[in-house]
Amino acid sequence: MTGRTPRLEVVKEEPPQAGAPPPLMRIGLTLLRAASAVAVPIAAFIILWLSFEWLRDARVNRGVIVLVAVAVGVFGIFALYWAMDFAVNRMPEAWRESIRPWVFVGPALVILGVFLLYPAVNTILLSFRGPSGDGFVGLENYGFVFTDAGMLRSIRNTLGWILIVPTTAVAVGLGFAVLADKLRRGEAVAKSIIFLPMAVSFVGASVVWGLIYNYKVFGNQTGLLNGIVTAFGGDPIAWLSREPWNNLFLMVIMIWMQTGFAMVILSAAIKSVPEDIIEAARIDGASEVQVFWRVVLPSILSTIVVVMTTMVINVLKVFDIVFVMTNGDSGTEVMAERMIRWFFRLRHDGRGAAIAVILFLAIIPVMAVNVRRFRAEEAIR
Amino acid sequence: MTASETTLHAPRRHPGLIRRLWDRWPVKVTLIVVCVLWLIPTVGLLISSFRTTALIQSEGWWTFFTKPLDTAQWTVSHYTTVLGQRNFGNAFLNSLAVAIPSTVIPITVASFAAYAFSWMNFKGRYILFVTVVGLLVVPLQMALIPLLRLYTSGEFFGISTPFPHPINGTYMAVWLAHTGFGLPLAVYLLRNYIGSLPSSIIESAQIDGATHFQIFVRLIVPLSVPALASFAIFQFLWVWNDLLVALVFLGGTPQVQVITQALAELKGQYGQFEHLLPAAAFISMGLPLAVFFGLQRYFVRGLTAGAVKG
Repeated sequence: MTGRTPRLEVVKEEPPQAGAPPPLMRIGLTLLRAASAVAVPIAAFIILWLSFEWLRDARVNRGVIVLVAVAVGVFGIFALYWAMDFAVNRMPEAWRESIRPWVFVGPALVILGVFLLYPAVNTILLSFRGPSGDGFVGLENYGFVFTDAGMLRSIRNTLGWILIVPTTAVAVGLGFAVLADKLRRGEAVAKSIIFLPMAVSFVGASVVWGLIYNYKVFGNQTGLLNGIVTAFGGDPIAWLSREPWNNLFLMVIMIWMQTGFAMVILSAAIKSVPEDIIEAARIDGASEVQVFWRVVLPSILSTIVVVMTTMVINVLKVFDIVFVMTNGDSGTEVMAERMIRWFFRLRHDGRGAAIAVILFLAIIPVMAVNVRRFRAEEAIR
Repeated sequence: MTASETTLHAPRRHPGLIRRLWDRWPVKVTLIVVCVLWLIPTVGLLISSFRTTALIQSEGWWTFFTKPLDTAQWTVSHYTTVLGQRNFGNAFLNSLAVAIPSTVIPITVASFAAYAFSWMNFKGRYILFVTVVGLLVVPLQMALIPLLRLYTSGEFFGISTPFPHPINGTYMAVWLAHTGFGLPLAVYLLRNYIGSLPSSIIESAQIDGATHFQIFVRLIVPLSVPALASFAIFQFLWVWNDLLVALVFLGGTPQVQVITQALAELKGQYGQFEHLLPAAAFISMGLPLAVFFGLQRYFVRGLTAGAVKG
C-alpha cells in the first residue's frame, strides 16, 4: 500500500485539462444543474398532485379511475425517488454523499413522523388529561390502570397471550416450514393451507369460529366442539364463557390466523440458507436433525427474533378477536381491547391514552433485544 | 431449470430405501395432521356457504358428511345474491385501487430506508432505526382521530399548518395512511434481510463505480425478492382485510366502498343477511389466496446462492 502513495499524489497534482470550459460557461452549467436539481423533483410532485386532483373529481368509468389510480400510485412513488436522486447527483460533490442517505431514508421518516409519531405524542399528552382531553390530572389515569379490577384482569390476560401465542405460532410455523421444505411435491399446497387463515378478515373470522365454538341451549348444536361433546353423550358447553379457559380458546384463533405469517417469513429465511453449507454438513455425515439444529437454526436465528418481536407486538395490539367473539366479557379482557373501549365506547380519552402508553412501555425490553442484535450484526460484517 | 440447480439436487434423487422411508413418513404424517387441523374451520365455512338458509340455522355443518349425496341441501343462491345485489363487483374494484398502491408504496419507501439503515453511514442511524421499529407498537386506532383532523383541516396539535387539505375521501389519503401504518414492520423486516446480504456484493459494486441508487435498483432489489414478496403478501392482506382505515378516510358511500365495508354491511342489519356471510367471506378471500399462489414461485431456494464466491 505504501508503495502506491506517491503515484496517487502525482494524479492529484495533474493540471486542469486543456479542454475545460471557460469560467462563464462553467457558472452557466452549474446554474443549469442547480435549476434541474430543483426542478425535477418539483415537477414530479406537481404531476403527481394534479393526477390526484383529477382522480378525485373525474366522472368517468370506475374501472378507468381504478386503473389510473393504481398506475399513479405504483409508478409515482418510484418516480419521486428517482427525481430526488437526480437532484442529488447535480449537487456539489462535497455535499452529495452526506445528503444521499437522507434521500433514501427521509421519505420514510417524514411519513412515520406524521402518521405514527405525531399521534403517539398526542396520546402521551392525552394520558395526563381528563375524559375529553381537558384539564391536567397528573398520574390519575395511570393509577386507574393499576387498580381497576377489569384492567388488572386485562393485564394478566395480556401476559398470558404474550407467553402463549407467539411461542406456539413460531414453533408451529417453523416446524411446518422446515418439514414442508423437505417435500418434493406439494409444498405450495401445504403452505397455502397454513396461510389460508391470513386471508380471512375479522368479520370472516367471527363467522368461521362461530362454526366451532357456537353454543345453543336448545336444539341441535351448530358449533363443532359441542357437536363432538354431545355425540359422546355430554352436555353442551358454553366455551367462550368458561373462565379461565375461554382465554385459551380465543388465543387459538389468533394462533390459527398468525402461524401463516411466521411460516412464510421463516420459510423464506430457510430457503436463503445457502445450499452448499447444508450440502457440506450432509457430506460430513450430519443427520437431518443435526443439520436443522446446528446449521439451519443458527443461520435463521435473527429472523426468528424478528418474527417473535412482530408477534409479541401483534399480540399487544390484539383487540378484534376479543371484540367480535366475547366483547371482553367473562374475564377475557385484554389491554388493547380495554384501550379501544375506553377511547371509543366509554369516552374517556385520558384512560384510553394511559393504557396505550403502558403498551408502548411494555415493548421496550423487546426492542432492547433487537438493538443488541442490530449492533452485533454490524460488528461481525 | 439451470444446470447448476440440477447438480445441486442430484444427490437427493437416489437416497437409500430405508433412509427415504425414515425421512418422508413422519414428515408427511405431521404435515397432513397440521393441515387438517388448520383446514377444519375453513371447510366449515365452505360447506356453510353452499347450504340452504334453513339448514345453516338448524344443524351443524358437519352433518353434511353423513349425507353428502342429498342434493336438496345445496344451493348457490348465496353467491349469486352476494355478487348480484350486494354491490360486491364495484367494491372489488375499489379494494384493488386501495390495496395495490397501499402495498407498493410502503415497500418502495421501506426498502430505500432499509438500504440506508443497512449500508449507508449517517448520523443518528441507530437511534432513528430503533425509533422506527418502536413505532410498531403505536396502535393505528389511536392515530385515526388526530390524522382525520389533519386531513380535514390541516391541523397539527390544534395548530393549522400548510399541510394540503382536505384530502380525506381520496385514494391518496388511504394510501398514505396504510403506508404510515405498514412502514415500521416493512422497514424492520426488510432491514433484517437487506442487512444480512453479504457485504462483499455491495463493496465490489462500489469499487466498480456504482452509485447507491444503482446498487439499490440493480443489486439489492433483485436479491431481496423473497423478502419483498413475503412482505408484499402481508401488506396486501392487511390492506385488503382492513375495514377501519377505509371507513374513516375513504368514507362509506357505495361509490367508493371497499369489499370489507360491503361485508360488514351484511353483518349489520339485525342479522337478516347472516346466511349470506359465509359466501361473502369466501368471495373476499379469493383474491388474497390468488396473490399468495402467484407470489409463491418467488420463495425459491438459493436466490442469493452463487452471488458471491466463498
